[in-house]
Amino acid sequence: MSGPGPGEGRTAERLRGLARGRVFWPVVTLALLLAYNLATNPHFFSVTIRDGHLYGSLIDILNRASPLMIIVMGLTLVIATHGIDISVGAVVAISGAVAATLIGGQLVMSGGMQDVTRYPLPLVVIAALAVSLLFGMWNGMLVSLVGMQPIIATLILLVAGRGVAQLITSGQIITIYYSPFYFIGNGFVAGIPFSLYIVAAVFAVVALLARRTALGLFIEAVGLNPVAARFTGVRARSITFWVYAVCGLCSGIAGLIVSSNVKSADGNNAGLLFELDAILAVVLGGTSLSGGRFTLTGSLLGALVIQTLTTTIYAAGVPPEVTLVVKALVVFVVSILQSDPVRRRIAALGRAEEAAP
Amino acid sequence: MSEAAPVLEMRGISKRFPGVQALSAVDFRLLPGEVHAVMGQNGAGKSTLIKVLTGVHPADAGRILLEGREIRPSGPLEAQKLGISTVYQEVNLCPNLSVAENVCLGRDSSVFAIRWKELRRRAAELLAELNVHVDVTAPLASCSIAVQQMCAIARSLAARARILILDEPTSSLAEDEVQRLFTVIRRLKGQGMAILFITHFIDQTFEISDRITVLRNGLLVGEFPVSGLTRMELVTRMVGREISEGGPARAQASASPAAREAGRGPGAGVFLRASGLGRRGSVQGVDLEVRQGEALGIGGLLGSGRTETARLLFGIDRAEQGAIQIEGQRAELSSPLEAILRGIGFCPEDRKLEGIIGELSLRENLILALQAKRGVFRNLSRKRQEEIADSYVQALGIKAPDAETPIAQLSGGNQQKALIARWMATDPRMLILDEPTRGIDVAAKGEIMRQVMDLCDRGMAVVFISSEMDEVLRYSDRVAVMRDRHKVGELAARDADERTVFQIIAGGQA
Repeated sequence: MSGPGPGEGRTAERLRGLARGRVFWPVVTLALLLAYNLATNPHFFSVTIRDGHLYGSLIDILNRASPLMIIVMGLTLVIATHGIDISVGAVVAISGAVAATLIGGQLVMSGGMQDVTRYPLPLVVIAALAVSLLFGMWNGMLVSLVGMQPIIATLILLVAGRGVAQLITSGQIITIYYSPFYFIGNGFVAGIPFSLYIVAAVFAVVALLARRTALGLFIEAVGLNPVAARFTGVRARSITFWVYAVCGLCSGIAGLIVSSNVKSADGNNAGLLFELDAILAVVLGGTSLSGGRFTLTGSLLGALVIQTLTTTIYAAGVPPEVTLVVKALVVFVVSILQSDPVRRRIAALGRAEEAAP
Repeated sequence: MSEAAPVLEMRGISKRFPGVQALSAVDFRLLPGEVHAVMGQNGAGKSTLIKVLTGVHPADAGRILLEGREIRPSGPLEAQKLGISTVYQEVNLCPNLSVAENVCLGRDSSVFAIRWKELRRRAAELLAELNVHVDVTAPLASCSIAVQQMCAIARSLAARARILILDEPTSSLAEDEVQRLFTVIRRLKGQGMAILFITHFIDQTFEISDRITVLRNGLLVGEFPVSGLTRMELVTRMVGREISEGGPARAQASASPAAREAGRGPGAGVFLRASGLGRRGSVQGVDLEVRQGEALGIGGLLGSGRTETARLLFGIDRAEQGAIQIEGQRAELSSPLEAILRGIGFCPEDRKLEGIIGELSLRENLILALQAKRGVFRNLSRKRQEEIADSYVQALGIKAPDAETPIAQLSGGNQQKALIARWMATDPRMLILDEPTRGIDVAAKGEIMRQVMDLCDRGMAVVFISSEMDEVLRYSDRVAVMRDRHKVGELAARDADERTVFQIIAGGQA
């Protein structure tokens, strides 16, 4: 990647090295989207301080993308083992339902809304995350011990999960009247949305685990060649199990943010179609669905691309009926551009130009 | 008998797959009322011949004559209608349907209504003919593999087959089940059925068949009556060359004999002892002793159980019978990791599928086993990894642009060196090499084996598996000989030449 070339060739080489890098295309896509926004709206990049909080389109995109950014951390690991988890949206709903039920949907008015909860907030958070972790472990067990195909195993939870969420809330949409809980998804610390701190913390933990221990290498080995990995002493089964567990936990964290954002738990609609956005984000970020090499940074960028795209479409005034079509078109073009054949062709073009003079 | 007109004739059959000529101008004939074995090592073209005959693959050239008339079956179903039925090693019936349904369904002319009573009666009748008495309403999956096979044969009878092809029917059967199968085969043969029997079990061939057609590398070696053929001749023809009597190398080499004697005190120095090791569908009753500083060769034809033995020793398959002792302690090897933690390494036969992880770099492939041995959390630093990779790239002369090159881009010989290095990095007490020299050039082969022998001289135990008998003899101190999934003999390499080994394989002595 950083082979020293003679003199002027170096810049071109470095550029090409960059273009080969996994993170290159998501960065380019994101930059193009932002440039388009800047062109249509000169104030797009402006960030103002209001009540000591940062406000602006960029902050808004980051804030809205945070549940997705957290989910893709876990999902990237799952996809790297050549698996998939399509139940993340359902786990988001379950996590929110657990939290809302434990807080209890009571509105007590006496001189304004009173903060009432049935259980203390730390317990609520821990319980929601524990339940999410358990569902992740359930997925992991089906895939690693029972040997089910990942898409089928997690399809079970995709279908059942929303039912479970409604079971927990007794079929009601529970509105949360407890302002400390609002802080998770709406609070600010030092002017920056609190949810971004959560994203940073999850990213730090997952990245540390993946790159400062041998876990990343083992996950890639299992994703690329599970037989050879096992024959080399890698505990393929337990690694598979734990990545699904972590993915469940990440979805649970995202679920808390989502339910805090909307101040309610809706078993039917919370986290709806999150799994598709999350898979898309991972793939746009440069991790192949066939497993192996993965990039957490790429997935983060992928999540940002998706959120920016959604925001852009709304801002551009695309009629709501066709937003999904526009989104799909952009995703289609980006995935074609990122595909290996096209990348090879672009690389060949670059080489031909260089050889010409 | 040999005067009878053949019921089936295949003439000049050729079949090419991308990269291999699977069959070239092979003739084959089958007489009514005979059991005709097709023998050959793996890759000789046995399966392809069957697949051409049953229409799975069309032949590139040649003709198939059934009772003198040319046929061109377009698939197994049409072959069945012509009276050619096949029973595969892995019975491919419907396990969740009943025995009766499996035997009879689709055979009745009535399309609209199934007469269940009649169907059950007929199935029971057909099975009784084969001396099988089971509840025909039970699901097939509840029967043993042997009974399932009988059901497949009964199904062929229901189809009024004239030619029955048995493809490796005995490999997953126990000894008494094999005998039952043979009784059935003899009875069918008595009724005039022509039976094509594919196996790599030499003893069984001699027990059941009348004639043998030998294939090698897609070529017809010849058709021989069993009565006129000795086992030795059969083995020689399957292997395909005059067996040399050239002397062994390692046993006579004087490479640091002192060190080797030191590592091999009388009775002491046994690293691993396997006794009565066995597993259904794998090997049976294998006794082995692997000593420190000694290379144990495992010889035998392809399919004789060599790789299966290695898999048991490395914990890939769990032994169902017998025990493994490592340095006198009973060891329960239920996963490769446990074997690795006890100091065992294994270079598998299929480098690409079981060895390398192609898209990972040379460095990552080199350190993977050592890292797995250390566990997830005792991470080797990037710097340490690079040091390890560099030192082994140098020591073994691995040719690669740099250690970050994906290993899939290296040549086969360099990949094999990398796999050896992967285990050397774990500082193993015992290294199992399954066909380490296959598909690599002579120079790389020499380098690899020199390294391994060097380690062996310094006290490591080596288990060396190869189809090249001269290599086994050259690189081993002792040779265990396998035949038909059993260990049939063991000899000191210094006293042996290829002829003696092949005599053991052929069953001349043990």
